[in-house]
Amino acid sequence: MALVVKFGRVVDPAQKIDELLDVLIDGGRIVKLGKDLQGEEAIDARGKIVCPGFIDMHTHLREPGREDEETIESGTHAAAAGGFTGVCCMANTSPINDNQAVTDFILHQAKNHAVVPVYPIGAITKGLKGEEMAEFGDLKASGCVALSDDGRPVMNSNLMRRALEYAGMLNLPIIDHCEDLNLSGSGVMNESFTSTRLGFRGIPAASEEVMVARDIILAELTGSQIHIAHVSTAGATRLIREAKSRGLKVSGEVTPHHFALSEEALDSFDPNLKMNPPLRSVEDIAALKQGLADGTLEAIASDHAPHAASEKDVEFDYAVTGIIGLETAVSLSLHELYHKGVLPLSNLVAKFTAGPAGILGLKKGCLAPGMDADLTLLVLEKEVLVDLVKSRSKSKNTPFHGWTLKGAPWMTICGGRIVYDGRGA
Amino acid sequence: MASVLKAKDILGLEEMEAEDIQFILDTAESMKEVSEREIKKVPTLRGKTMINIFYEPSTRTRTSFEIAGKRLSADVVNISTSTSSVAKGETLKDTGRNLMAMKPDILVIRHSAVGAPKILADALPIPVINAGDGAHEHPTQGLLDLFSIREKKGGLKGLKAAIVGDITHSRVARSNIHGMRKMGMEVRIAGPATLLPRHVEQLGAQVYTDVDAAIEGVDIIMMLRIQLERQGQGLFPSLREYSRLFGLNRKRMERAKEDVLIMHPGPMNRGVEISPEVADGPYSIILDQVTNGVAIRMAVLFLLLGGI
Repeated sequence: MALVVKFGRVVDPAQKIDELLDVLIDGGRIVKLGKDLQGEEAIDARGKIVCPGFIDMHTHLREPGREDEETIESGTHAAAAGGFTGVCCMANTSPINDNQAVTDFILHQAKNHAVVPVYPIGAITKGLKGEEMAEFGDLKASGCVALSDDGRPVMNSNLMRRALEYAGMLNLPIIDHCEDLNLSGSGVMNESFTSTRLGFRGIPAASEEVMVARDIILAELTGSQIHIAHVSTAGATRLIREAKSRGLKVSGEVTPHHFALSEEALDSFDPNLKMNPPLRSVEDIAALKQGLADGTLEAIASDHAPHAASEKDVEFDYAVTGIIGLETAVSLSLHELYHKGVLPLSNLVAKFTAGPAGILGLKKGCLAPGMDADLTLLVLEKEVLVDLVKSRSKSKNTPFHGWTLKGAPWMTICGGRIVYDGRGA
Repeated sequence: MASVLKAKDILGLEEMEAEDIQFILDTAESMKEVSEREIKKVPTLRGKTMINIFYEPSTRTRTSFEIAGKRLSADVVNISTSTSSVAKGETLKDTGRNLMAMKPDILVIRHSAVGAPKILADALPIPVINAGDGAHEHPTQGLLDLFSIREKKGGLKGLKAAIVGDITHSRVARSNIHGMRKMGMEVRIAGPATLLPRHVEQLGAQVYTDVDAAIEGVDIIMMLRIQLERQGQGLFPSLREYSRLFGLNRKRMERAKEDVLIMHPGPMNRGVEISPEVADGPYSIILDQVTNGVAIRMAVLFLLLGGI
């Protein structure tokens, strides 16, 4: 049955389209874009922005292992409501996704329970221990789209070198969580005047930057692709910019919390402000925004990290790191970046579409005829209240509860099927 | 009875106004007199229940709070636990709510985690006193130090103090910097570069790595404890070198004013950060600090529970 999305403003950065067009969908694929298109069913998208489906390249779905915190089912429902038509899930599940059996399980669960596609990311090292390479060939064959020990760095530089070479042979991008554990020590927040004042042990920006620099050097040595997860500092942004200018295959992503919140918020001691990497300074935030604007950082990713209240709502020192983000990422980006003039709309849309699709080599993120009919529709001017009670995620750890944000997902269409419909909201 | 101070709780000197600091110091004057009587007890807090919950070992501070409560006739309950709330499987908030169910009137907490007292203060309707949270603040220590200085010098404004040692890990340093600055004192801090936290000068203190320069002409030298386990953490080469470069001995002391006061929040490592002859010398007010601790804690208990 042909479906037509009518009267919307189509913003597709991959095709450099930004105009009022109808989108005709049939058989789960884009048939064409044009004026006055007709279908059996129509969606009136007047006043809405029609984009290629958004991809969140960095989430934690917690299944297998911590189904009390999130499942593939609940996580993908949150993703759909957040405007995403696909999510990458990190390998730090229990058991860890460092082998074919776990990848198979994730994809099996996704097939039966997910409302949007799940793209597994396999571990770089067995058990995330940073000692031996996982079986990249098997991981790729079973459906992993990238490799990452996210949550932990690969501290051994020689192992990272070999992993880059081996993954490069298989065309699998490596996504690195850049952190020098010796420099981080037992730190719990950004090292700064704020950490000094509050008496918190600090994590210097250098902890991230030393490893970004190392990864860039290894990317140069091996000629392989490396993607830097959750870039949080001005120095890391500068290093990536410089590496790109020399033609290296280096990319970076930013999370909404790293540009929406600064470390100064920690005066409240709210454990929902505990992240890894930590919230940084206002100068770092300015540099991240600049990096997004000039193309140094190609993706925005949620780093959705659900945690049980018993592990999060405790003393800051003891709290686990990370926050949920699937349902707030798009609104935070529209509010902080589009409405505040940091990014024009097409550039912002690219951070969720062509950006991640390009990094991961996915045939997604574009509304060209023949592509999967994945669409994210946005409403720009609507103000929404972040309300945990309405969250689809099984976990409630977010510092954004009660925030009013301008701009939100309005409808999510995945493979031609409506998976989130904000028309009644 | 509501607190006669501006806040319900005492969590730190950073957020306390100078006016309240002054008020507490003045109140402590009359409290000190109680401890000098033959019958060291007044009925002020009769029928009030005070709970001291210490998640970190402490002799001086816990005893000081207990004696302060008892001299005011409060019923004092002490809970000491070496294990964290996490290890016990009960969250701090739950512990607080359970204690609250027994209807205490005031709670004193020491915890190794920064911000732990605020968790209880936000969760409970009664006053909470921070008896030290991680490297953040130890407000009653800061207050008793100000009281001790004022007692000897007759005032605070314009005095110069040098705080020497491990500033990074010291809640005493932080509370003192805030308190001293608010009371119009000049504060210098000194220690090895590895134990001076970044941007600490923004707290309003002058920063030195040369102890001799830092104590030049000061009215007060406050030595901080160097935790012996810091050796081996790569922060300085050896206690021997630490003592030589940053320890206080009589010769070094001569650079300060002639009537300099020597202070230490305890417990001291004799022969490491302070030589015995200085610690026990005529300018040392280290034991006065301990005596005054009881008066300050009586004052804050009294004021937080409504005063007169």
